Amino acid sequence: MQANALTGGFANPPADAANAFRGLMEAMARPGTIRRIAGATPPAPLSAAAGTVLLTLCDSDTPVHLAGGADCDDMRSWLAFHTGAPLCGPQHCQFAVGTWEALLPLSDYPIGTPDYPDRSATLIVEVPALEANGATLSGPGIRDEARLSLPDIAAFQDNAARFPLGLDFVFTCGNRVAALPRSTRVGASNDAAAQEEAR
Amino acid sequence: MSDYNFAYLDEQTKRMIRRAILKGLAIPGYQVPFASREMPMPYGWGTGGVQVSAAVLTPEDRFKVIDQGADDTTNAVSIRSFFERTAGVATTTRTHEATVIQTRHRIPEAPLAEGQILVYQVPIPEPLRFLEPRESETRKMHSLEEYGLMHVKLYEDISRHGHIATSYAYPVKVEARYVMDPSPIPKFDNPKLSDCPAIQLFGAGREQRIYALPPFTRVVSLDFEDHPFEPSKADHSCGLCDAADSYLDEVIVDDAGGRMFVCSDTDYCEARQAAGHRGKDAA
Repeated sequence: MQANALTGGFANPPADAANAFRGLMEAMARPGTIRRIAGATPPAPLSAAAGTVLLTLCDSDTPVHLAGGADCDDMRSWLAFHTGAPLCGPQHCQFAVGTWEALLPLSDYPIGTPDYPDRSATLIVEVPALEANGATLSGPGIRDEARLSLPDIAAFQDNAARFPLGLDFVFTCGNRVAALPRSTRVGASNDAAAQEEAR
Repeated sequence: MSDYNFAYLDEQTKRMIRRAILKGLAIPGYQVPFASREMPMPYGWGTGGVQVSAAVLTPEDRFKVIDQGADDTTNAVSIRSFFERTAGVATTTRTHEATVIQTRHRIPEAPLAEGQILVYQVPIPEPLRFLEPRESETRKMHSLEEYGLMHVKLYEDISRHGHIATSYAYPVKVEARYVMDPSPIPKFDNPKLSDCPAIQLFGAGREQRIYALPPFTRVVSLDFEDHPFEPSKADHSCGLCDAADSYLDEVIVDDAGGRMFVCSDTDYCEARQAAGHRGKDAA
């Protein structure tokens, strides 16, 4: 185990985790809003926000899937030391973390059962940019309409169509976080529609 | 501060509750099972609400507890002092100053705002439980969206009493999917569940369930076209502050049949009295 696996955890776990969870809960309750969360310093390639989400929610009860570049020795030992979360493939994970391309295909993840729709995976998606523009969002938690830069649109529409089954997404970029629960209805961005018309 | 971990619960328990809260917010109205812990208070005194509050509180929060609208009853006072001691958070009785409000059986009269969190104490989270005692069956009914039994119950009310006699814990449908028990709030409060800017979380300790309503969620009270839902209250105004729009408690004042009606929300009533409103029974 590398020495740097021991650093980068919460300095004051109860308060740091409580503040990080408040930001994450507000993000999940109000899809499209972007919050700042901090506290953890995970090894590369993970962002501070993704590391903070992992330390806030994961422990030995939650199998985690590290996707693509996130599945490196540094990350494995950092996660093992700070959370004790078992690693597993996408089929049995409760949480998965990685870039959008690395996490695909979404059909690999558990979406819950009709009796227990909560037994589904939460995907922590590392995105290069996180802005309040792009795809339109509506549904619970959104007064009229919200906008969020999403890596895809059709995939989230398919996910929402399965409600109450489905996956929940947390987007992380630097120290910022946003969320997209399965209850949110996603529409194409006006920009994309405008481009389509221009053609 | 005390020798307890922040907000009493250990970190692993809080993570487990936090995961359940997030899934609850993602599936509004669905009851998420969680591993409820034994708390230093009896079941029925808000063990579910206390665990949810402990999981969402941050050191910077300002905490308010109400019991049937009142800040000064045993349950409210003891839970407030519990978190003063174990979390060291600031407390208040003023609705608009609070960031986290734990409530037993009322929604505050003052409108809630973004940034506030309302935590309900729930005794029986399953709205179908008194109609179907088997958990395996009610779970199947929710998954199949089979809620005919609930409408039969409301219909039987009408056939027996001429109107829907259910006056509290009045069932609601969330985002046209899950039928949910709003906890035993009076049906007067039901319209406030819908399109609320605050996050609403529900915790049932003995029954080990957490569910949630994100802000601006559509919540509809079940009814019939010819018997529409009607929020009801005592047909009086408050004896102390003269409010005509608040939910009232009936208080027996002597042994000769004397009675008065007062706001159940003590903060609302006191704020109105401080602003100079006087009811007919005010001293």
